Amino acid sequence: MYFLTKNLASKISLLPMIIISLTVFVGCIIYSFIYSLTGSKLIPALNYVGFQQYERLFKSRKWDVAVENIFIYGFVFTIGCLVIGFLLAVLIDQKIRGESLFRTIFLYPYAMSFVVTGLVWKWVLNPTFGLEHSMHLWGFDWFKLDWLVNRELAIYAVCIAAVWQGAGFVMVLMLAGLRGIDEDIWKSLSIEGIPKWRSYLFVILPMIRPMVVTSIVLIAAGVVKVYDLILALTSGGPGYATTTPAMYVMENFFSRANLGQAFAASIIMFISVVCILAPWAYYEFYFRNKEAK
Amino acid sequence: MKKFFSIILTLFIPLSFTNASKAGGHMEAEVIHWWVSGGEQAAISKFAEAWKDMGGTWIDTAITGGDNARGTTVNRIIGGNPPTAAQFNISKQFVDLVEQGQLQSLEEVASAEGWRDFIYPPELIETCEFEGEFYCVPVNIHSAQWMWINNEVFEKAGVPKPNTIQDFIAVAPQIQDAGFIPLALGGQPWQEGLMFDVVASSTLGFPHMAKLYRDKDVEAFRDGKMEMVLQTYRDLNKFIDEGAPGRLWNDATAMVVEGKAAMQIMGDWARGEFAVAGKEAKVDYDCVIPGKEKYVALGGDVFVFPKNSDPKVKEIQLKMASMMVNPTVQANFNNAKGSLPMRLDVDTSAADACMQMGLELIQQPSAIMRENDDWNSPAFTSAWEDIISEFRNDPNYSVSAAMDDLEAVLTSGL
Repeated sequence: MYFLTKNLASKISLLPMIIISLTVFVGCIIYSFIYSLTGSKLIPALNYVGFQQYERLFKSRKWDVAVENIFIYGFVFTIGCLVIGFLLAVLIDQKIRGESLFRTIFLYPYAMSFVVTGLVWKWVLNPTFGLEHSMHLWGFDWFKLDWLVNRELAIYAVCIAAVWQGAGFVMVLMLAGLRGIDEDIWKSLSIEGIPKWRSYLFVILPMIRPMVVTSIVLIAAGVVKVYDLILALTSGGPGYATTTPAMYVMENFFSRANLGQAFAASIIMFISVVCILAPWAYYEFYFRNKEAK
Repeated sequence: MKKFFSIILTLFIPLSFTNASKAGGHMEAEVIHWWVSGGEQAAISKFAEAWKDMGGTWIDTAITGGDNARGTTVNRIIGGNPPTAAQFNISKQFVDLVEQGQLQSLEEVASAEGWRDFIYPPELIETCEFEGEFYCVPVNIHSAQWMWINNEVFEKAGVPKPNTIQDFIAVAPQIQDAGFIPLALGGQPWQEGLMFDVVASSTLGFPHMAKLYRDKDVEAFRDGKMEMVLQTYRDLNKFIDEGAPGRLWNDATAMVVEGKAAMQIMGDWARGEFAVAGKEAKVDYDCVIPGKEKYVALGGDVFVFPKNSDPKVKEIQLKMASMMVNPTVQANFNNAKGSLPMRLDVDTSAADACMQMGLELIQQPSAIMRENDDWNSPAFTSAWEDIISEFRNDPNYSVSAAMDDLEAVLTSGL
């Protein structure tokens, strides 16, 4: 009973959120699962077909491509943002002139919506009127930049656009961390005669760990929900080379009138997110508590 | 908690009343459609004008993109706030809505006005009739099987204009040598699918296509002709520029209009782009239906009328359905839209040379061609398109692998 009455006021104030979470999130997950076992087309209908939708999903070549893409995108986007963001932060941290100007320039892409980013890069990377075309007009005939229309490379073109947008944001977070480092630490590092790059990499970086973790969490959330960028940049093309699980779900929900399939795919998406998050949550909430005790 | 809910409820009850009184008061009709381009807006406004002349109020809910518009309609129906009328294509898109009893039967007005006697071609009645009752109003016919040709480019390249896809493949290298893009294509799955259907139907003929799309006849699929079609489709790929992926259909049409590209395979809605650019049919550009047998595909739009809890809405819906098939309204609407009317007794003197071709063809019942989506669910047609699109974009996707995947879709029961 003590478990319930302890901090009663805060528990009551959390109640609406708990109710909403339970009904909206858990309720919808259960609803999705139930209907993923049906042959629903345009409208949800309870005509059970067993695990047929899952079978169809795993046989689908398009779904395979979508899953592969989200891994490529997740990996390149996360690493790209962290490395470039950190480098930019370090460079700006060198007490350069016009710092705020550079900060604005680097952060500016983040202020744009993914749709705008997608369209801008679509024009830049389009071989018939983008950068490649301009280079040809300037006389550089050998120049080739056909990533967007090359089915092997198109997903990396998406990554470039995403990193361009996200790196500035990571830079700001990291910079905030760097600015929080005590001057004395820098003084003692220089007395020891440690080169700057080593100090950054082995002393400062571990000290701004919270900033790195925050960046990773924010980036990871962006990876799972990537949809609008790809829609604007490639619409999943060429063919379906840059499609993602979220796009697969949306397509089946709306244009393809294939609700059962969409529910099955979203349940699989949900399970994979849980699989990735569970060990981390276990570590954060259980392991850490133990450590604290 | 109870009190909380009752407060919420009291907050919403007046809202729902105002909503109902708004819908029932006079002839107010909300119409969801996806006609947003210039010519399309001009066309839908003909409906709106006719409706206003009848004393009604027209609430225009235009939503970009057919998928989005149809999604909104379905969501609104499920959410209990259906529009008065909503646009769909001549296809199986709305069958589920009929089967679930979500649509208003139009039988009363259909039998009173004798729709079955004047709606032409009769295939349209088939599309709208379920268990002997009308559930949709066909408003126009758009056909997909055209080759749009820039005459000047063919003259400059010094090659004859093609009558078949095979003719085109024979002369395309010369067009390329003359510095033009032979074939303009927007590399989106639906456009790639459309082009495939044109290649297939012009090579195989409609009876054979019906065996595939309607009967799912695996023997007919495996008789060796389909491989030929896929190979022809792949041959066409050599004549498409590399900027195609993701391009919109009207951007591809613009390439033909501006004389950058020689030809585009697209539906008759491409005519509008030539017209806007001030080009004249048969003079500046030519329209050809490829193949030895000429067919006209039966695509187009219908309106459906979702059931409403308010009985007054039904009256309004029946009046609107009757307005849409009215011959004068049909003439105004289709002349603005550039599509063929759904009845023969309509004044089509404003039609240009290309539209006249379609009008003549559609009067021969044997020339009317049904399409993939007339017989199959969106799930089937898009799974089919996926393979076609992947086949076009991936040079390592072999004909035999594509055949296996297409057969899997054919027998999937989607």
